[in-house]
Amino acid sequence: MSAAYVVRRVLLFFVVVWAATTFIFFLPKLAPGRNPVVERIGMMIATGGANASGMQAMVDGNERKFGLDKPLWQQYLTYLGDLSHLDFGYSLMQYPTTVIEIIRGALPWTIGLLTVSTLLAFSLGTILGALLAWPRAPHAIQYLLPPLFMFSVIPYYLFGLILVYLLAFQLRIFPMSGSSQLGVGSSFSFGFVADVLYHSILPALSIVLASLGFWALGMRAMMVNTGGEDYMLFAEAKGLKSKRIFFGYALRNALLPQTTTLALSLGTILSGALLVEVVFNYSGMGSVLFRAVSAFDYFTIYGVVFFIIVGVALATLILDLIYPLLDPRIRYTKG
Amino acid sequence: MKKFTRFIRENPRIVLGLALIACMLLFWLVGVMTIGISKAAPLSGPPDMPPSSRYPLGTDSAGRQLLPVMIAGVPLTLEVGFLAGGVGLLIGTLLGFTAGYFGGPVDSVIRTVADVMLPIPALAVLVVIASTIHVLLSVEIMALVIASLAWMYPTRTIRAQVLTIRSRAFIEVARLSGESHLKIIFRELLPNLLPYLAASFVGAVGAGILAGIGLEALGLGPQDKPTLGMTIFWAIYYGATLRGMWWWWGPPIVILILVFMSLFLISQGLDRYANPRLRQS
Repeated sequence: MSAAYVVRRVLLFFVVVWAATTFIFFLPKLAPGRNPVVERIGMMIATGGANASGMQAMVDGNERKFGLDKPLWQQYLTYLGDLSHLDFGYSLMQYPTTVIEIIRGALPWTIGLLTVSTLLAFSLGTILGALLAWPRAPHAIQYLLPPLFMFSVIPYYLFGLILVYLLAFQLRIFPMSGSSQLGVGSSFSFGFVADVLYHSILPALSIVLASLGFWALGMRAMMVNTGGEDYMLFAEAKGLKSKRIFFGYALRNALLPQTTTLALSLGTILSGALLVEVVFNYSGMGSVLFRAVSAFDYFTIYGVVFFIIVGVALATLILDLIYPLLDPRIRYTKG
Repeated sequence: MKKFTRFIRENPRIVLGLALIACMLLFWLVGVMTIGISKAAPLSGPPDMPPSSRYPLGTDSAGRQLLPVMIAGVPLTLEVGFLAGGVGLLIGTLLGFTAGYFGGPVDSVIRTVADVMLPIPALAVLVVIASTIHVLLSVEIMALVIASLAWMYPTRTIRAQVLTIRSRAFIEVARLSGESHLKIIFRELLPNLLPYLAASFVGAVGAGILAGIGLEALGLGPQDKPTLGMTIFWAIYYGATLRGMWWWWGPPIVILILVFMSLFLISQGLDRYANPRLRQS
């Protein structure tokens, strides 16, 4: 892997994060003459309920940083400065708690659920798709095709709703919602871990089942293409073992476009997974975002969105760095 | 007529997909004429009623009758998809053709901007925009906001397609015989890319619907219209699954599955139509 390649990809990561955060800073400012943050806090003070003096302090703090008397570029620089040390301010819905504290509690759940289920779906779907296009695979696999394609057109979270109804409400095999039993402390005992796993099966299952068909379909098409290549004929003529041809020749070459597709669909996958969390009331970033949106808690929305952007950009970067390991053509050419 | 039956026989997927869409439009048309959508408003029936002869799809917790809600929601969902997908693809086509055909610094700028914006998760940005302009958000504005983040992928793929065609002999001939750039683009390049653009359009419509439903399910859709995503939002919000109210979230899911399935069939059919080699597999 050439150093220039790595440097360029890392640079692209920072440019992407910068562009996205700049985007979400300026776009809402285009709405004429409104400052939704101040309006929202004003409403909260007016309706009482909330800690009024704390709210007033928050308005003043916000005014000091992003007041309309300041020129836009100064507000922008303050905003970027705050982001760079992850200062998103206080949450409006749970006032004395800061946004970063809320996110710190939610992030591990999302990362755990998302990486496990996505990697599982990707690898299972890829192998399945490869077998579907392989003439010597057991014929029974072909019967999996129609239901898998059916599932793959359904967004994860809608699939999740169906699964909750069937497996949790009707059959009562799995818990309906939450990410662990209430009252169980987060000590890492065996019971706690088992409970967390038990609660995460259904959300994970809805992501895996709903995306398996997508990966299988893409892989099958690629395998059909590689099947017609000359090197496949050559491998067969050489008398290589069927297993070796399958893994070393067909699968290996079909894997490259599949990885590219994974990198391109990360955003869609994450959006779907966040909504799965909402359906299952799983205590990750998706549920935090859902509650923040319902309460118009702008600071929390910005915090969660920032982490979503960084997360997707980071995952893309990691895949970009893995890619040369799969494709020698990138490894050996410079730039 | 003979030609028509032959088209059906050779492209069953396209026909089936289009027929599904037509069925949904028919459902809307007949529904509007017989039942109307006025009962889609809250308090038009008792709350939490399961389906019965009086309320064919039951009612939700706010007393909306769900059959009229579905009738009103179908065209809104399709509208978001077609508008967002259409505008997104239009921008993508313009930029892709410009970048691919003219090359040079224009190409570098367009490609860099598209590359930088491609990994930005659209839903994240949409959430910020939709929550700040919330009050002003209509179905059309939501579709345009979605479109503003849906042009990068079409731009990149169309540019790549233009590049492969641009170097072919017939383009060279057209250029040497003194045709203008516009004529080459519209008379030589565009017709060759039409099947590809049609397939891209179907994909873009699907992506647009997906983004719209996602926003609506978060409670960020247009507030004045009973969209399918908003029905799902209320169903989640009021715990319809925990209360076993399948008639609340079931119908919108069935409709959405049919929509995505028909788009999937059409795009597969178009792939086969444009690339006959796929037909054997």
